Amino acid sequence: MKAAGNSTFFQRVVEATPGGELLSQCLQCGSCGGSCPSGADMDHTPRALFAMISAGLEDEVLSSNTPWFCVSCYACTTRCPQQIPITDIMYTLKEMAIQSGRYEHPGAAKFSETFIGFVEQRGRSFEAGLATRYHLFHHPQQMVKLGMMGMNMLRRNRLPLRPKSIRQLDQLQAILAEAKTIAAEERRV
Amino acid sequence: MNERRYPYYPGCSLSHRSHAYEVSTQAIASALGFELVEMDDWNCCGATEYFSVNRLPAYSLVARNLARAADAGADQLVVPCSACYLNLHKTDKNMGLYPALGKKVNKALSAGNLHYEPGTVHVRHLLEAVLTDFGLDTLKERTRRPLYGLKLAAYYGCLVARPDAVFDSTEQPMAMDEMFTALGAEPTAFRLKTFCCGGHMTQISETTALEMIHKIIKSAADSGADALVTICPMCQLNLDVYQGYANRLFDTSYDMPVLYFTQVIGLALGLTPKELGFGQEFVDASGVPAKIQDVPPPKAKPERRSKQALPMPAMPE
Repeated sequence: MKAAGNSTFFQRVVEATPGGELLSQCLQCGSCGGSCPSGADMDHTPRALFAMISAGLEDEVLSSNTPWFCVSCYACTTRCPQQIPITDIMYTLKEMAIQSGRYEHPGAAKFSETFIGFVEQRGRSFEAGLATRYHLFHHPQQMVKLGMMGMNMLRRNRLPLRPKSIRQLDQLQAILAEAKTIAAEERRV
Repeated sequence: MNERRYPYYPGCSLSHRSHAYEVSTQAIASALGFELVEMDDWNCCGATEYFSVNRLPAYSLVARNLARAADAGADQLVVPCSACYLNLHKTDKNMGLYPALGKKVNKALSAGNLHYEPGTVHVRHLLEAVLTDFGLDTLKERTRRPLYGLKLAAYYGCLVARPDAVFDSTEQPMAMDEMFTALGAEPTAFRLKTFCCGGHMTQISETTALEMIHKIIKSAADSGADALVTICPMCQLNLDVYQGYANRLFDTSYDMPVLYFTQVIGLALGLTPKELGFGQEFVDASGVPAKIQDVPPPKAKPERRSKQALPMPAMPE
């Protein structure tokens, strides 16, 4: 098994996930993959991925597209007979894949990062800016279609063009900065 | 009737692209006699994006809202968006369930002079608040224009039914179906009521999302529904705005109006479509109120045997 510091890949996944210790109880029953609405697009089903985590296949797991196709619907989590927080494990794997620079689906990661950027700068999300910035930098060929959809949204008064900000943005940013410091310390341990 | 006041977290979608949800929510609030008081200076819940790549900052982002609500004296928070509901509810729950996480989140909050004691604020979805605090009997009593003849598919989506089915079942929720019956409408046998709408997948892998949207629309149409009714702005956006794209990809021609549950309640309370924000949808929903009949439709006798079945002795009627 590959190990960073003293802990195995499996242990690091478990420790980074609230309730993650239940992963050791996986029965390999496959209820997760069978419940997954986007499973057909994944290169490994969640069940297979968990076996790979146990086997310490860190490279293969972190470069898999599986977590990036997770739609966060929690169907697997509620059906898992062992109550493994599968959706949260997918989140952990995305976070680890980004940190190690191995994400298989850069589009998904960039979309998240663009979204997060607006939230951190303003405290609110901003659809017009999010869609424009994300597609402009990552899918410029989509801009025409996006523009048409944007016009239709505008016509129906569903797309404000001016972003809103919260009042005490400094408070939010101080909290997020502190949370990031704690998270960075967590990773060093 | 006492005027009830609820601390309210509208979320980003309602102030932006799902204005009709906000309009209809406020309209039924004043019709039913409750007030939604928007909490001061709330921030985005992070949707699914923040949690999926940035765990601790995500919990802290959400906890700022809980801490500020608690500081303002709130013991509950009513949330109309399923994603906001999930994030607020999950943060409150996990901070209590995993004390190590709670401690770290509170350390981050202290940088903003805040602190949150898990369990202080009871996070509730708007549907839960309306159905448990007012109840079907009240809704029935307040109905001015029963929705006779209207066939509605109750779409719960993911995040209220899962992962913590707080007020209904994860696999087969019925609360909204029962509400339709109380309002005079007919809930249809809609099989994909908790199937995911695709969430952010429209932006990341459009065909994956369009396939999911197609399945839901088809299932609602097959159930004979006049409209599909959602409890989440993301679901409404995906099923309404992307329905045309799904039609093109799958060579279908569905035109299934997608409403918010608050618009349905509003129609029954006698409010006009205009007061309920009709007209902002992509798939025209103006025909839905026109389908309401003045008298209840005759109860169809359940067909028990196929016409082609072999002759068998029948029970006397």
